[in-house]
Amino acid sequence: MSDVVISARSVGKTFGSGADKVTALDSVSVDIFQNEFFTMLGPSGCGKTTLLRLIGGFEQATSGQILLEGKALNDLPPFKRPINTVFQSYALFPHLTVKQNITFGLEMQGTGRKQADGRAEEMLELVRLEEYGDRVPSQLSGGQQQRIALARALAPAPKVLLLDEPLSALDLKLRKEMQVELKRLQTETGITFVFVTHDQEEALAMSDRIAVMKSGEILQIGAPREIYEAPTHRFVADFIGDSNFLVGELVDGGAGERAVKLAGGNVIALSQDVSDQRKGAVTVSVRPERLGLIAGNDANADQLTGTVSTVIYFGTDTTYQIDLGNDARLTVRMQNGAGAKADFAEGDRVAITMSPDAVRVLAD
Amino acid sequence: MGNLIRSKRFWLVAPAVVYIGFFMAVPLLQMAYVSMLERGDYGGVNWGVFSMDAYISFIFERDLMDNLVVNTDYLEIFARSFGLSAMTTVFALLLGFPTAFYISTQPQSRRNFLIFLVTIPFWTNILVRNYAWMLLLRNGGLIDGALNWMGIETGGLDVLYTPYAVSIGLTYTYLPFMVLPIYASLEKLDHRLVEAAFDLGADKRRAMSRVILPLAAPGIAAGSILVFIPCLGAYVTPELLGGGKFMMIANLIGSQFGAARNWPLGAGLGFVLLALVLISMMVYSFKFKSLPEESR
Repeated sequence: MSDVVISARSVGKTFGSGADKVTALDSVSVDIFQNEFFTMLGPSGCGKTTLLRLIGGFEQATSGQILLEGKALNDLPPFKRPINTVFQSYALFPHLTVKQNITFGLEMQGTGRKQADGRAEEMLELVRLEEYGDRVPSQLSGGQQQRIALARALAPAPKVLLLDEPLSALDLKLRKEMQVELKRLQTETGITFVFVTHDQEEALAMSDRIAVMKSGEILQIGAPREIYEAPTHRFVADFIGDSNFLVGELVDGGAGERAVKLAGGNVIALSQDVSDQRKGAVTVSVRPERLGLIAGNDANADQLTGTVSTVIYFGTDTTYQIDLGNDARLTVRMQNGAGAKADFAEGDRVAITMSPDAVRVLAD
Repeated sequence: MGNLIRSKRFWLVAPAVVYIGFFMAVPLLQMAYVSMLERGDYGGVNWGVFSMDAYISFIFERDLMDNLVVNTDYLEIFARSFGLSAMTTVFALLLGFPTAFYISTQPQSRRNFLIFLVTIPFWTNILVRNYAWMLLLRNGGLIDGALNWMGIETGGLDVLYTPYAVSIGLTYTYLPFMVLPIYASLEKLDHRLVEAAFDLGADKRRAMSRVILPLAAPGIAAGSILVFIPCLGAYVTPELLGGGKFMMIANLIGSQFGAARNWPLGAGLGFVLLALVLISMMVYSFKFKSLPEESR
């Protein structure tokens, strides 16, 4: 395993005191590795920005420790940390030219003028804005300002680059471009990126690992595929992509496997390793695209059956809303194109097919 | 249609234009005219008799042989006024910037209260405030007495009726004009820029000198102008705290219209002052405009 760069150990942060006390972070522990694109994902107020600001040194942790390469950072002010930040608002210095913005950090380190200028050229080349060194920030577009903010933060060659929702102010097309750009910059510079976003698509597209946060806690940390395909919490399954949730009871499925018996009596097989200790009511999640549909008369006894209530055609795929009765609903997404198996109309009687590895039992 | 509306809207500002046009431009032109007339033997002017005596006597005087020789008396008073005004501006800046900075870092509700406190001196008549300063500064006055009581033998403070007393009084009078514009520019300052400076390795001192001060420069410039220019025209404070011993331009002009009965010279001095102020403003705004390029 690669080396740990940033390590948060039981970090807590509260704002205010007495009746106004707000817990922003509740004993969060996480290790971030060398040369990693690490994303903290969650809705606003989940504590992701607070954790970022703690790493940057802009806030002081109420409890716990943050380590940089094994050394405690807690009392180090931001200007003594080899960590730089790309701010959400870019925060470019309006009274300095683009080049002066980029050399600012180098000058603070005591780098000579000539060397700093050379580095600025290098950075401008890296973000592909060689021609813009003598302009002032107000003469640049949002996307260009974004790149300059990146160049400025990367110029002093920090150990860690913190990015606080840097793409949220850009329009969709530019955002997609910048996602590719960010990933390229991270790979080229080999600097650890810690990225904060509420955009799950962005997180999936760029990250090596994602930490999904909610109410000051990290619910799950894993690679994008792991987070998407094997969510551990209902919140994670719901926040990232679309999910169907079914309520049932854990039962013995025979042959040492476990299964979930749904409210309607159907039994769903599991391939997930669920502890024998867990018993009783559980919620399972299934991604819509992991479900299949067959005609209702072909169903066997254990399969869920229902009626197609809505059909929405999306081009690449079609989404079916299936009414299971008892107010239960499922969404099934099936790909269109050559060899597409199914084509159902509203009111059709259908049975649902699902493979055991598509079903995830969620934590309480 | 648009033109019609615009031309109708003009009537909204018309009263102000007429008022300023009449009550500012007319007296100004009148004084310009007076400054170019011959002085009347018993005060007033000889209407219609033109003479440049006022402007000539600003720099020269006639000796017994009726030759023009350089007379630096008036120039000295002008230089002293500029010097005192500059000193006052520096004092006001040194006191005003930290004050404005402190206020801008307070929570919103507290800020308004503190700004309110800054403006409180305006509530009292300037004459009363200057007499109060006399009581504070004179030998055996409040400050002198307090120092003696604490065991520091001053042997008389000897501050009252010096240029320092004038500058202290002027600083006090015009301090709010320094604090308010600086506060306005600091309040607008995006705190994230300061965080960005810290993030890039600037300590507090360098964040101040490289980011906060340059961005507060428009406020500092506005405050300096608002202190410097009224200081040049200060009348009451040099009269009272300077004891009439340290004449400033306004006192000189006053004495020409009053005791000296030399209206053309009084008016002429006024225009020399106006010209100097306009020139220094032009130089200043020119320099200030080119600041972003030079700030490195």
